[in-house]
Amino acid sequence: MTEAFNVRNYLRDIRFPFCTGCGCLTVISHFLRAVHELGHKDLGKFVFCSGIGCAAWIPSPHFEADSIHTAHGRSIPVATGIKLMRPDLNVVVFGGDGDIAGIGLSHLVHAARRNLNIMVVMINNMIYGMTGGQVAPTTPLGTKTTTTPYGSFEHPLDVPSLVVTAGASYAARWTTTHGEQLKEAMKKGLTTTGLAFVEAVSPCPTAFGRRAGFKNVAEIVRWFRENSVPLEEAEKMAAEDLVKKIVVGEYVYRKIPTFTEALYRTIREAEKSAKTK
Amino acid sequence: MARKETSATHFWQGNEACAEAAIAAGCRFFAGYPITPASEIFEHLALRLPQVGGITIQMEDEMASLGAVIGASWTGAKAMTATSGPGFSLMQELMGYAFMTETPCVVVDVQRAGPSTGQATKTGQGDVMQARWGTHGDYNSIALSPNSVQEMFELTIRAFNLSETYRTPVVLLADEIVAHMREQAVIPPPSQIKILNRKKPKPTDKEFFNGEDIAPMPLIGEGYNVPVTGSTHNEHGYRFTADRAVHDKLVKNLIGKIRNNAEKIVDYESYNIDGCDVGVVSFGCTSRAIYETVELAKKKDFTVGSVRLKTIWPFPGETVRKLAENVKLIVVPELNMREVFYEVERVVHGAVPVVPINKIGGGEMITPEELLTEIARSVKKVD
Repeated sequence: MTEAFNVRNYLRDIRFPFCTGCGCLTVISHFLRAVHELGHKDLGKFVFCSGIGCAAWIPSPHFEADSIHTAHGRSIPVATGIKLMRPDLNVVVFGGDGDIAGIGLSHLVHAARRNLNIMVVMINNMIYGMTGGQVAPTTPLGTKTTTTPYGSFEHPLDVPSLVVTAGASYAARWTTTHGEQLKEAMKKGLTTTGLAFVEAVSPCPTAFGRRAGFKNVAEIVRWFRENSVPLEEAEKMAAEDLVKKIVVGEYVYRKIPTFTEALYRTIREAEKSAKTK
Repeated sequence: MARKETSATHFWQGNEACAEAAIAAGCRFFAGYPITPASEIFEHLALRLPQVGGITIQMEDEMASLGAVIGASWTGAKAMTATSGPGFSLMQELMGYAFMTETPCVVVDVQRAGPSTGQATKTGQGDVMQARWGTHGDYNSIALSPNSVQEMFELTIRAFNLSETYRTPVVLLADEIVAHMREQAVIPPPSQIKILNRKKPKPTDKEFFNGEDIAPMPLIGEGYNVPVTGSTHNEHGYRFTADRAVHDKLVKNLIGKIRNNAEKIVDYESYNIDGCDVGVVSFGCTSRAIYETVELAKKKDFTVGSVRLKTIWPFPGETVRKLAENVKLIVVPELNMREVFYEVERVVHGAVPVVPINKIGGGEMITPEELLTEIARSVKKVD
């Protein structure tokens, strides 16, 4: 690497809207470092799609790049349209757990099934943050939120395992306290052919911590650190021992044909046969 | 697959004519979800689009279908989806998004009898208001209404042209009858088909939204670094989620670009209206009964003329108002429980009586005889 990392190459000069202690800034930092280390001097070859929620504001309009900020949950379908028409561009989706694993979950599953060549970064703050702290599909069992004042009795969704089952090329989960691993996961995700899913478990002191009983962001970060279990260890543990644990690691990394490869091959053949007949 | 040249006389199904028109208009991306009675559009394009280098994809639902269409449109593709009432309901969130972000795209709604699943294989005209007011908030719509296989072709082309010209989603509001029937369609050579394309920005341009005129549309991946958002935004695409003035200007301009050009967008067909006693205002499959009704009325002591709406939105208000000045009575036959009727009543504003003729379900149309009977009864009341 010849040039030093400089966020100004990638960001517009606009103030971020995130609360003090929000993990979104950490995710931005690791993502842009990953981009830098892969040799991209700017974001000219990238397109960003996002939906609704705090994490959807990461690229839009802060990244100096094309960004499409869609309706709630619909970032992956819009990314699909872009990627199919422009397979040469790096299409990256940023979204929260509500956006990606709640309202938009079926789109994630189907994009993984198609093995669409995009990267999806899910910032999991375990809560609906922007709307003030309602229970999310990722909220740990027993957590008090504004819509579960007696504690949540729903089991959180293990999204990386789901996308592995659906057929993604790459899936990983790390917390924002695993900076180096998160950055490396994003580098792998950006260079994987096929769907890459990176979950970044991220602190939300405002909407999650306050109601879930954490006094400040330091307490959430400590909880992340103390309760993270590497995937290899988790596989040996009983399910009940994993309640409220955060399993971290690389879930899958495999080379399988991507959707755009197959699609363009078909188009070339159809064009050829239409011309010859 | 050996095939006849597009420019020829065909015996086509309406949905097939729509699909071929999309290709002729330059559509190279289609995303859809199966639904009766619109599926043939997708099926035909799935076969035909790859032959001309285009893409079709079956998405997981209708939200995803319109989402993919919007994404493709921002890469510069002319893009389309096709559905029926239930799917059109699901698409409403992104209809608003496409309107707000000024994304050209064509949405075909082949109407069937609703609400809900209703009668999936039977025709209906109950989505007129959904095509106008289906999404939330303040907006404006363009919806075209074909009444023949020939018009499935012509109005699909026009839907793309309007969508590219005004940078807005355009609805082709077809119905099961028009979409499923087969009849002759005469397709002119490409040189005689008028195709319009969106205005592209100059490299120095920085304003891509919300112009007094229609702003040029940058494509993603071309270095414009354009932020696109469904939130309230300024000319550059930057979000202003609390500023009253920015929202006011944006929404009024978006509505204005359709309202102020309504005269250019509005399209209708008048038939036998000079000196007629009764004016029939109709659209889509229902309007196919008019010509015979006019003939049948010649044996009666009143004469019938017709204004057939080819554009439902913007509503051809001026045309209907002028019709009201020359007739004693207006009747509005439609296969729903009164939708266009209220619009006619609004613009006529009491000048003459407006009589609704409604029929729903079973795929039955209003026959010329039924229409004539209802007209005769209404004429008697007026006299």
